[in-house]
Amino acid sequence: MTRTAPAREAAPARSAPPPRRPWTRDRVENTVFGVLRWLVIAVLVVVTLLPFYYMVILSVRRLDEVVQRPGLLWPASFDLTTYVSVLASSDAGGQGFVVFLRNSAVIALLTVVFTLLAAIPGAYAISRLEFFGRRQVSALFLAVYLFPAILLAVPLFVFFSAVGLRGSLFGLLVVYVAQTVPLSIYMLRNYFETVPVSLEEAAAIDGASRWTIIRRIALPLAMPAVVSNGLYVFMIAWNEFLFALLFLAENRPRWTVSLGLSQLAGSIEIPTTVLMAGSVLLTLPIIILFFLAERLLVEGLTSGAEKG
Amino acid sequence: MTTPQSPAPESLAPGPPEAGARGGRRARTVAQRDARFGQLLLAPTLLVVLLVVVVPILWTFILAFQDLRVIDLRRKGIFGAFTLDNFTQVLTSPGFWTALRTTVLFSVVGTVASIGVGLAAALALRRPFRGRTFVRASMLLPYVAPVVAVTFVWQTMLNPQFGIVNAVGTSLLGWDDPIAFLSQRSLPVSVFGAEIDVPVALLAVMAFETWRYFPFAFLFLTARIAALPGDLEEAALMDGATVSQRFRHVVFPQLLPTVALLAVLRFIFTFNEFDDIYLLTGGAAGTQVASVRVYDLLTARGDIGAASAQALVLALVLIVFLALYFRFVGRPTGDET
Repeated sequence: MTRTAPAREAAPARSAPPPRRPWTRDRVENTVFGVLRWLVIAVLVVVTLLPFYYMVILSVRRLDEVVQRPGLLWPASFDLTTYVSVLASSDAGGQGFVVFLRNSAVIALLTVVFTLLAAIPGAYAISRLEFFGRRQVSALFLAVYLFPAILLAVPLFVFFSAVGLRGSLFGLLVVYVAQTVPLSIYMLRNYFETVPVSLEEAAAIDGASRWTIIRRIALPLAMPAVVSNGLYVFMIAWNEFLFALLFLAENRPRWTVSLGLSQLAGSIEIPTTVLMAGSVLLTLPIIILFFLAERLLVEGLTSGAEKG
Repeated sequence: MTTPQSPAPESLAPGPPEAGARGGRRARTVAQRDARFGQLLLAPTLLVVLLVVVVPILWTFILAFQDLRVIDLRRKGIFGAFTLDNFTQVLTSPGFWTALRTTVLFSVVGTVASIGVGLAAALALRRPFRGRTFVRASMLLPYVAPVVAVTFVWQTMLNPQFGIVNAVGTSLLGWDDPIAFLSQRSLPVSVFGAEIDVPVALLAVMAFETWRYFPFAFLFLTARIAALPGDLEEAALMDGATVSQRFRHVVFPQLLPTVALLAVLRFIFTFNEFDDIYLLTGGAAGTQVASVRVYDLLTARGDIGAASAQALVLALVLIVFLALYFRFVGRPTGDET
């Protein structure tokens, strides 16, 4: 495969290619990996995007036509009644996704509000103030993510059943806030630490109290992080499934979109194309948010990862 | 979430050091006031986490030692007599050991595959090209999209009657029959004359796990690769190292801490995974992992005690694995720069 040329000569040859280069190991590898790179990119793009494309296409095809030609990758028919049918209330013969969408939106927005209300002061405290128990608190928050959610699910299920909060959005809200606050504090803390302390010291010398410093200096500077964090929390709450299933499954008017779709997916009477329309409605807000805030989100999530 | 052991706190603490240097009474009161204020700011968070996370975990221990069923909840109250039955029941049932084996297998394959694919993606997208931003963003979609929607699409794509995978498989790839990917436990396949039972459903679930979580590894590895110092690689290039040599001896060693951290995180999350498997197969056809078993015990059987015991055993096994890892492999992130 390789004609034995000293590897040393291969590197300078790259900049000015002579008419006939020997097949050195370097040249072979450059060719192979150059091709392989595009192959990997192409396969990954197809594999990641195909399910989403398929979801959209199937949501506008007619079911009988899907069954007849399952391999078709573009809509032979164009049928938007699936969306009408999935959105309409169950009295009108639909699946009532309007209500589910409203439930999901309400609970996700409330989760964002309460999480940020708790996380902004908390993150500030952990990044700026020296107090007893600070390190322990950080460790405790980390531990939240190590325990299986299903471990929490059992006692919470028992507790909410006992106090009659099962089936209410309020109970779910409390659980979501508890699940998202630690991550939120972690992301915001990283950001607060990049804000120069000297700005706050200057304000303190001018007589500003800690509250004023947070409100007037730290918070405005951390706004990009707060926004991206809020979006991230929204996504988590919107996508969440296990606790919604445990707490709300028996109470159809309270179903979230995720829960509604999963509960209806098993039924034979509802056409798959209609449920695909439901999937699109469930996914679309997340994709829109994601593309709006992709850079912010990625930076917020991986800040600190560069350190290795 | 990322670097738990990162030495964050020393760069902070604005007031105390220099105030303390001046000495005197006022300095201490500022520090004290800050301390009090810090605790006050954290109080709401702490309260909610204690109530919804710490107390329930402790309570699971109590529940695991009681004979309690969902139908008893209203009548009997929450505290009953102490019993070890749940643990003997959980540990002696054959389903438990099968579930544990499935969980470990699923976690190991899911972790390795998602990091492997994530690494390949990060390397392939390393050098800029037209449309890289778009490709990068689309790589992250499986991870951010709602799990219920993507599992539903996968179910439909893998459907034996009208799914696209079976349509392509039977018409183009020459499969004899459509494969019920998510409900078939095993499929005999002859490889070079030898009959091998392929666990179809388990592999399908693992493939989904890889698809959904390789973006996580991709994200962190991309960030790490972007921060690599260029001079080492340039030096290797000048010395005539080829692409693969530069990767093996220069790039990969620098990525190793990130890979190790990802391995730990992904293993923990995959080990605890519930949504994906429950939504894809419901735990049928040899895919019942431990967390799905807890759910089944809780809802189908209504056996709170056994569900708690099973959940505790799950957490315990995870802790043992992590302890072994840290004992023999070492901490994923040391205090290196």
